[in-house]
Amino acid sequence: MTTEAGQTAQTVQALSPRRVTWLRRRDAAVRSWKSFARHRIGVAGLVVLVLFALMAVFAPLLANSNGLEVTKATGPVMGAPSSHYWLGTDESGRSVLTLLIWGSRVSLFVGLFATLISVVIGTLIGISSGHFGGRIGGLLFRLTEWFLVIPFLPLALVLASLLGASLVNIAFVIGITSWPGTALLIRSQTLSIEARPYMERARVLGAGNWHQMTRHVLPNVMPMVFANTTLTVAGAILAETTLSFLGLGDPTRVSWGTMLDSAFSNGAMSLGAWWYLIPPGVCVVLVVLSFTVVGQALEEIFNPRLRQR
Amino acid sequence: MSRLLSTRSLQVTFVGARGRRDAKAVDGVDIDIGEGEILALVGESGCGKTTLARTMLGLERPSAGLVSYGGQPLRYSVRALRAYRRRVQLILQDPTGALNPRQTVYESVAEGLRIHRLVERARKAGQRSSETELVARALGRAGLRPPERFFLSYPHELSGGQRQRVVIAGALALEPEVLVADEPVSSLDASIRGEILALLLRLREELGLSVLVVTHDLGLAWNIADRIAVMYLGRIVEVGSTEEVLGAPQHPYTRALLSVVPEMDQLAPIVLRGETPDPARIPSGCRFHPRCPALLDGTAAAAGISADCVGKALPVLAAEAGHAVACWLHPVEPTVAAGTAEVDQSETATRPAVPFSG
Amino acid sequence: MTEPLLDIRDLHVTYRTLGGSVPAVRGVSLSIQPGESVGVAGESGCGKSTVASTILRLQPRTAKVEGEVHVLGKDVVRMRWGRLRVLRWAEASMIFQGALHSLNPVQRIGDQIAEPMRLHDATVGKVAAARRVGELLEQVGLSAARARSYPHQLSGGQKQRVMIAMALACNPSLVVADEPTTALDVMVQAQVLDVMTGLVRELGIGLLLISHDLSVLSSTCDRVAVMYAGRVVESANAGRIFDDPQHPYSAALAAAFPRVGDPKSRYSPAGLAGDPPDPQRLPTGCTFHPRCHWAIEDCSRIDPRLEPAGTDRTDRMVACIRAGETVGEAT
Repeated sequence: MTTEAGQTAQTVQALSPRRVTWLRRRDAAVRSWKSFARHRIGVAGLVVLVLFALMAVFAPLLANSNGLEVTKATGPVMGAPSSHYWLGTDESGRSVLTLLIWGSRVSLFVGLFATLISVVIGTLIGISSGHFGGRIGGLLFRLTEWFLVIPFLPLALVLASLLGASLVNIAFVIGITSWPGTALLIRSQTLSIEARPYMERARVLGAGNWHQMTRHVLPNVMPMVFANTTLTVAGAILAETTLSFLGLGDPTRVSWGTMLDSAFSNGAMSLGAWWYLIPPGVCVVLVVLSFTVVGQALEEIFNPRLRQR
Repeated sequence: MSRLLSTRSLQVTFVGARGRRDAKAVDGVDIDIGEGEILALVGESGCGKTTLARTMLGLERPSAGLVSYGGQPLRYSVRALRAYRRRVQLILQDPTGALNPRQTVYESVAEGLRIHRLVERARKAGQRSSETELVARALGRAGLRPPERFFLSYPHELSGGQRQRVVIAGALALEPEVLVADEPVSSLDASIRGEILALLLRLREELGLSVLVVTHDLGLAWNIADRIAVMYLGRIVEVGSTEEVLGAPQHPYTRALLSVVPEMDQLAPIVLRGETPDPARIPSGCRFHPRCPALLDGTAAAAGISADCVGKALPVLAAEAGHAVACWLHPVEPTVAAGTAEVDQSETATRPAVPFSG
Repeated sequence: MTEPLLDIRDLHVTYRTLGGSVPAVRGVSLSIQPGESVGVAGESGCGKSTVASTILRLQPRTAKVEGEVHVLGKDVVRMRWGRLRVLRWAEASMIFQGALHSLNPVQRIGDQIAEPMRLHDATVGKVAAARRVGELLEQVGLSAARARSYPHQLSGGQKQRVMIAMALACNPSLVVADEPTTALDVMVQAQVLDVMTGLVRELGIGLLLISHDLSVLSSTCDRVAVMYAGRVVESANAGRIFDDPQHPYSAALAAAFPRVGDPKSRYSPAGLAGDPPDPQRLPTGCTFHPRCHWAIEDCSRIDPRLEPAGTDRTDRMVACIRAGETVGEAT
């Protein structure tokens, strides 16, 4: 214990404090990774996510973007899977596989961008409402609750139709409507950190609100934010699918949601064109599930209360 | 000895939530801490000693009365409080909780320096001392040597005693004049206890620090304190030099406290019955009377004062008095207002000479 | 001589961790007779709490237990789990340090005290249980009406007394108390210790009291054992070990709590420099020698055995090669 610390310090005395701090942070990261690696389902989820990410990044190499244009479509209308079109074709004769590969880009982009907005707003409001007692904290808490009880779909529908259907707008709408969950979680974490004696010590040292929030609260809620982020991505991808399915997606871009939407509106169901419906559905479920299990694994690593089980 | 930190008619009331009565945690306290003096504030939990200490630190605002530092009343603006923090620092009971688990020892000790920009200020004043030097000096003063060995340790890698030294180093880095230590050793092992107390004594000798130590441990007070103030339900009930208060306790409450110290085999233990007193329901007369052994065994009745005990409120003990007791069994001259009589305390307080810091 | 309530013989407990095996207890022997209270003192990490939890087999599964622990003549170490459940509470019960946290906040304390009774004897009716709860509360100095309170309505000392009442619920013969008063004020500590010694006297139960505060043990117990690094380094009559410690470590523990009024301790708090040893890297010879003022060269080579020593050789055992010399007084 103590001797160990001493040895570390002695072996690294030649290095600068900054460098050593960095080394120790790296050690901590390696330790977290090791405990994550023990979580088999979490690792499986991560593998799936990496595969989807690679698919999105290398979409231009995997499928020609010409395949997305209705005018250049060459396949049969609603053709069943064949050696040429592995996953069949859609109502305009486009390859479903091509649509699926390019659709992953849009779905993941919207999911991540929406999550970024949601987590930034949620963390800011969560920490502030937990840290500031009294009127400001109460006001922020009421605001959170207010957003939480507004039904998601009507608000999203109204916002999406007001702002117009573009990719960034969709992400913005999802972000704006999904932060309250994060805010509540971060607020409760903040409240428990506020009660720790080291916050009292910081106040006695003369620390102002900004210092307390950035130096003590934020680093200690960060792991929870991180774990929560992956869960939020899953929700955001699902939300994007929902909105697109309801016809509020960007009509110029193909996403898994718009695929499902056009499959339905073109009667894929009654025509028995399962290849048009099932692949995007499975992709959505797989990605959402993977983000969820990775998030749960991270939560277990970072949340000591869950770890004790 | 000049007084450095003092309170006059200090009251702190917590407004009762949801229809409960207001709790008078501190209900009229006059107290002085001199330069280089170690004062022990002794009492049971719930007696208001921690609230009094927090109020003297400026963490709670008094509902009446005032805290003054170096003769100036404490002001509560952000700027004034921040300046005050450099002079009066706190040592918490639980060193494990008092350190952020994600900060290294270096970061924890340097925190105060960075908040107050002491390195930059020193530069402007023409002194060339780096942050590393200041941190190392504070750790060394707190007895962590060599300091460099501890820079990059995290709190969980240290023993309880070492953690408490880090907390003390963090306070010392600001070069304060007063330390307020709230039960500084009660969460530490017996063997480490003495080391930390010896450190407080050494800091007083080397740096001329004043220390207000809040504790329920009379042995601790005997070990290090020059003077003792015994607190009960928001008031000081007995105050005086350590030798006077512990050698010849006058107040029945002090006597009871002393008799239950496990090492005091020679005294028959007077174990007080009854519930912990509630600051929302302060009894009439002497606030100790419902639990007072002197009232129960008839001593008070024999002295003919039992009616006073129950019905007549006692005056607030003056800070300047030598050995004083708030008890009808030991009538003292009623103190009219604060600061009327200046008694030279060096007559009553026997303690080694201490070098002053400026 | 009657059969001892508790008889621990050469107990070894080793925790298996990721960093290797950690010997927590390295050969401890102890016994308690009915109506006797025995104290175990030592720093955190010396193995005293491990000894306590071994008696009720409460330690994690990663612990390897060797030696014998007899409770009422039955060996706990080799006991099956079903039998162990009966033993817990009914024959031996435990009072923990964290009374403030181990009570269920949403249950009335009367129900919580009745719970172990009804778990162990399904025939206990509601009325009988309530009457017994009232008796127990009065035994620990609380009014029977307190049974209707919730934990948050009680003070720390009252909660600790509720824990004692709970431990007594099934009329155990042996009570193990691990730091029962550490978080409490002196006055409340005195009240709680008063209750416990009274119960030992009146009910004839055996009490094992664990604390880092030697002064508490010496004023409460009949005998005291001082542990260091997993072993007993001194055991003796309680008063004698505090007044006349023979092992230098006991002397340091005794000096840590000064006698109020003793001019020797005025402005000179006594402490013990250094930290307890890492159980995985114990010093050679006597494990205490790196922190010992009285260590001589032999101390780093010879591992002293616990042997009769001092003037009261019959009931005093010391593990120190210099035990015969006047070590204790010189501090």
